[in-house]
Amino acid sequence: MSCRLAERSVPHVVLERGEVANSWRTERWESLRLLTPNWQSRLPGVSYHGDDPDGYMSMPDVVDFITTYASTIAAPVHTHTKVIRVGAHDRGYVVETDRGTWTCDSVVIASGGANVANLPAAAADVPSSIAQVTAMTYRSPDDLDDRAVLVVGASATGVQLADEIRRSGRSVTIAIGEHVRMPRTYRGHDVFWWMDRVGILDETHDEVDDLVRARHLPSPQLIGTPERRSIDLNALTDRGAEIVGRLTRIIDGVAQFSGSLANVAMLADLKMNRLLQTFDNWAEVTGLSDIGPPERFDATRVPGSARLVVDLAADDIGTIVWATGYRPDYSWLDVPVLDPKGRIRHVGGVTDSPGLYVTGLSVLRRRRSSFINGAEQDSLELSEHLHRYLGVRSIA
Amino acid sequence: MTTTGTPVDNGVNTEALLGARDALTQTPEAGEFTWRANCSWVNGTFSKTTVDGFFGLGEEHNHKTPYSFDADHPACFASEDRGATPPEILLAALASCLTAGVAAVAQHRQIQLRSVTATVEGKMNVLGILGGDPDIRNGFNDVTVHFDIDADASRDDIQALVAQSQKRSAVYDMVTNPTRVAVEVG
Repeated sequence: MSCRLAERSVPHVVLERGEVANSWRTERWESLRLLTPNWQSRLPGVSYHGDDPDGYMSMPDVVDFITTYASTIAAPVHTHTKVIRVGAHDRGYVVETDRGTWTCDSVVIASGGANVANLPAAAADVPSSIAQVTAMTYRSPDDLDDRAVLVVGASATGVQLADEIRRSGRSVTIAIGEHVRMPRTYRGHDVFWWMDRVGILDETHDEVDDLVRARHLPSPQLIGTPERRSIDLNALTDRGAEIVGRLTRIIDGVAQFSGSLANVAMLADLKMNRLLQTFDNWAEVTGLSDIGPPERFDATRVPGSARLVVDLAADDIGTIVWATGYRPDYSWLDVPVLDPKGRIRHVGGVTDSPGLYVTGLSVLRRRRSSFINGAEQDSLELSEHLHRYLGVRSIA
Repeated sequence: MTTTGTPVDNGVNTEALLGARDALTQTPEAGEFTWRANCSWVNGTFSKTTVDGFFGLGEEHNHKTPYSFDADHPACFASEDRGATPPEILLAALASCLTAGVAAVAQHRQIQLRSVTATVEGKMNVLGILGGDPDIRNGFNDVTVHFDIDADASRDDIQALVAQSQKRSAVYDMVTNPTRVAVEVG
């Protein structure tokens, strides 16, 4: 956004509570790599020129990428400047920080959708003998004691952490609600290559069939590894993890799981197959030749004996890892643009408070918005809107 | 998906349902419903339950006419079998809820149904309810639902109908997930 505003000669500052790429530096686990391949890490004016276009950036790589970008475009970043309040002020906004107050005509909220870890109500009922970590506080299996681990959630985060903790030798049970299954590669190409080429990532917010659902979809069960392996529930089962249904509640040290596991697995398998069929149809229509034959993957194996209750003490559970999603923190936002669920009301990033924008949220303007290179097009369009608004405002 | 030019009609007004969803998203409190049933003991294990009034969309409603359900136990429980057993009524509720969901989802996805039948089985060991073995639970250990569906759709599309119906079913949710139940004496 800063690059786009500079292109339009809009004077601006970028406020950052810590260092550039702060959340990538401080709120991620050690082994994490981006879900998207390197060639897709594009920002306005910058694309990947390294020697591993099909690889996936580690967190130090991401920090380096963003930090280098900030200096390349000479973004006017004020680091270690924490925003305390944004409120309406004289047809514009006042931004109070711990290092002074700014007034401005327009504000772009780019604090992201993952500021706070979501915890289900059951977290309050976990016995005190069990450690609890979230995807934001977890760093590596070395930080856990040797007892068994219950991972709650089966998005990219949940399956990655279940896999890593299981590989460390600990017993792992993973509780699974609705999830999105995808192979890492399909017919010889990364699944993101397909979604990019077929145009799925360019489906816009007003074209998506069920926007609320699309914006709250769990991240796909993918992992970025050098061997480009897939990570689905069958892979976890093969590695010795136990799969159970969605965690519903914990009473007197006993966790209860939903009996709907077979159905959520079926839903995910059917959706994956529809996605693969979309790829196949596109490949046939376009007559691609440099791809492998169509593939179909085994249905998710759901044991008929999947447990509905687990006595946490009897199972020797020492840690519960909450991989139950994130939500944004707007406690500092004093402009009435939140819906009853605390989400910003916006149409493609434009709020109904003139001059107030939001970017960097899931399916903000298009499916691609959920990923780093969504910023390329989103920032172009939002900066255009913002620039036009400033022009109208100066005449009015 | 249907290939004929005839409009798909499963007798479900999906426009009204989608309209209600949009309206209720704006006013979530109107979506709060209370369902009620009144049960009177007749004799032995025989009871009659009537449903009539319910609350929703901010006001009281009544069914067009009260509906009643007779419940009893069969002769092998030394009863007179004057009605279905309560577990059977639960199976009926599950099957009818999923079946209604199949019809609604099919309408939304423009799939014409010709026939839908569901066969439901619940397995339990009655030693639990008889208090004969504390390790045996009272309720069903396993419930299976078998659908036979004749429709203008591929097998995968029909599987997806049934999966989506489970995802949106009230009774399926209540059977698969714990529900807090408070029982008081007046």
